Amino acid sequence: MEERDYLADEGLATAAFLALKMGRPLFLEGEAGVGKTELAKTLSAVLDAPLIRLQCYEGLDAAQALYDWDFARQLLHLKAAEAVGAADVRALEGEIYDRRFLIARPLLRALEVQPAVLLVDEIDRADDEFEAFLLEVLSDFTISIPELGTIAAAAPPVVVVTSNRTREVHDALKRRCLYHWLEHPGFDREVAILTRRLPACTETLAAQVARAAARLREADLVKPPGIAETLDWTEALLTLGAAELNPDLAAATLGAVLKYREDQQFTVKNGLLRDA
Amino acid sequence: MPEPPARLVPVLVGFARTLRAAGVGADHERTRNFLTALERLDAAREQDVYWAGRLTLCAGPDDLPRYDRCFAAYFAGVRPGPGRPQMTVTVTRFTATPSGDRGSSDGNPDVLPATASEVEVLRNRDIARMSAAERDEVHRMLAMLRAAREQRRSRRLVPSTGGVLDGRRTVREAIRRGGEPARLRYRDRRYKPRRVVMLADVSGSMAAYADSLLRFAHALVRSEPRATEVFSVGTRLTRITAELRHRDPALAMDAVSKAIPDWSGGTRLGEEIRELLRLADARGSVVVIASDGWERGDPGLLGAQMARLARMAYRVVWVNPHKGDPGYQPLTAGMRAALPYVDELVAGHSLAAFEELADRLGGLRRA
Repeated sequence: MEERDYLADEGLATAAFLALKMGRPLFLEGEAGVGKTELAKTLSAVLDAPLIRLQCYEGLDAAQALYDWDFARQLLHLKAAEAVGAADVRALEGEIYDRRFLIARPLLRALEVQPAVLLVDEIDRADDEFEAFLLEVLSDFTISIPELGTIAAAAPPVVVVTSNRTREVHDALKRRCLYHWLEHPGFDREVAILTRRLPACTETLAAQVARAAARLREADLVKPPGIAETLDWTEALLTLGAAELNPDLAAATLGAVLKYREDQQFTVKNGLLRDA
Repeated sequence: MPEPPARLVPVLVGFARTLRAAGVGADHERTRNFLTALERLDAAREQDVYWAGRLTLCAGPDDLPRYDRCFAAYFAGVRPGPGRPQMTVTVTRFTATPSGDRGSSDGNPDVLPATASEVEVLRNRDIARMSAAERDEVHRMLAMLRAAREQRRSRRLVPSTGGVLDGRRTVREAIRRGGEPARLRYRDRRYKPRRVVMLADVSGSMAAYADSLLRFAHALVRSEPRATEVFSVGTRLTRITAELRHRDPALAMDAVSKAIPDWSGGTRLGEEIRELLRLADARGSVVVIASDGWERGDPGLLGAQMARLARMAYRVVWVNPHKGDPGYQPLTAGMRAALPYVDELVAGHSLAAFEELADRLGGLRRA
């Protein structure tokens, strides 16, 4: 993974290793911006497998997550059959519910494409009915389609499930998975990540940014900056041609790292970045 | 890859049991996953055992500190005692006031003649000034309370007579008619109950009402188990939704009393609302805060957090038991800081007040 510029600590590396070896989904929780989604992208790059992403939202249902029928083409086919006078209902049904009329949505695609990395992002946003059929798919990597039969994966995809913990995910689902809680990176790791991802970033700047970020995380903020924010911030600083972080630059680029007005005010008022 | 030697298995299973005793949900299946994971790693390496266990046996951030403690203790050869100490707090923590002068049955306060008129009287009386028997009667009625719920449009589509075309059912229908899509089928968005997030203050100043509030919360959870979250607030925020899912009120109250670590302490509402916004999604919810607003923390912080909460929530209802007093003025610093962000301030001192609150949650009688 290091080759792909993703620096994992021992826990995450072990988690990813076991997920691959045991064929189990990896359930990642942690504050926003600690690199949950990024891990799936990295796995996909390392394994040279396409990343299939399912972004969860409320009301997500089987037709959008598993499969759907291509109704327009089915109806066209029906009209065509009618035109040549084939009216045997049973035969017609067989033709209509054929694989070629099936539209594979992310979960089905992940079973059909091999190898694949499936990212089920922000599962806590979907409603709990969705968890039930996700559990079904993840426990034996098959999808049964009433009109067609069961589709099974020859090799199970690598699955990464992420959650921001806005809602407790059902235990049955978690039990299927390896559970990992991602923390903000430590100082050294953050410096390493910054210099690795942004080659233009000097060691000095990275250290300053990481130190400032650590201070912000300790402070009482609505949304402490994650590694995603510090990367944005550093990039903003580099764009301004900064070689070092100073209070003026910090103030000018605050919007890249703190996205709440309360947090910005708090930071300015308490002079958190004054000696940056 | 080195398999865990057979002699290690009892040790590892013993570790899982220790975790279970410490309150981590390391069940049978998870234990098996733990052993399978170690087959792929090196069971002789402490780091490997640590991560294999942490990845397979834990289910949430709350488990992690417990896991670390158990791991350190168990693999240092010290086995912790049997289970965590049970909380010895009971829910009912009232001192019964003498009830002779209040028109209930003289001499024998345990038997309450619940005639219709008595119930009516009871309904409007302040719970804090009731006898134990009267309060039991109120709790019995709270157990039967059904709380209404506001509806919101869900994004989930269900069969309907109008809305968007339902391709799947239209094609099915067409096949049945030999290929003629004569009847079109539709799907439309359905309605779902709007989520209620309730915060029940169990601090010392609310002691007289805490039990009834939690019973009210139980009624809320029972009415809409999937669209209710309940937290107790005091010195810290505790999620008690799962405990309140027991159908039986007595069992639920028992579970709640074990889960709440900070009965009768002070209140730090500001910090706890911030914690709530971090833990739970209040977006679009009706937030019910049941507290007297006796804030120990910084009222400024409470105000700021209430402002955030009000921006995210659909509606904020504050239940203050003292609102029942005719001469009540929201004077406590906490209450004053919070008030600008509260959509409705209602009383919560009597059965009648609770019933009215339950109705209001249905959005019927909006003030």
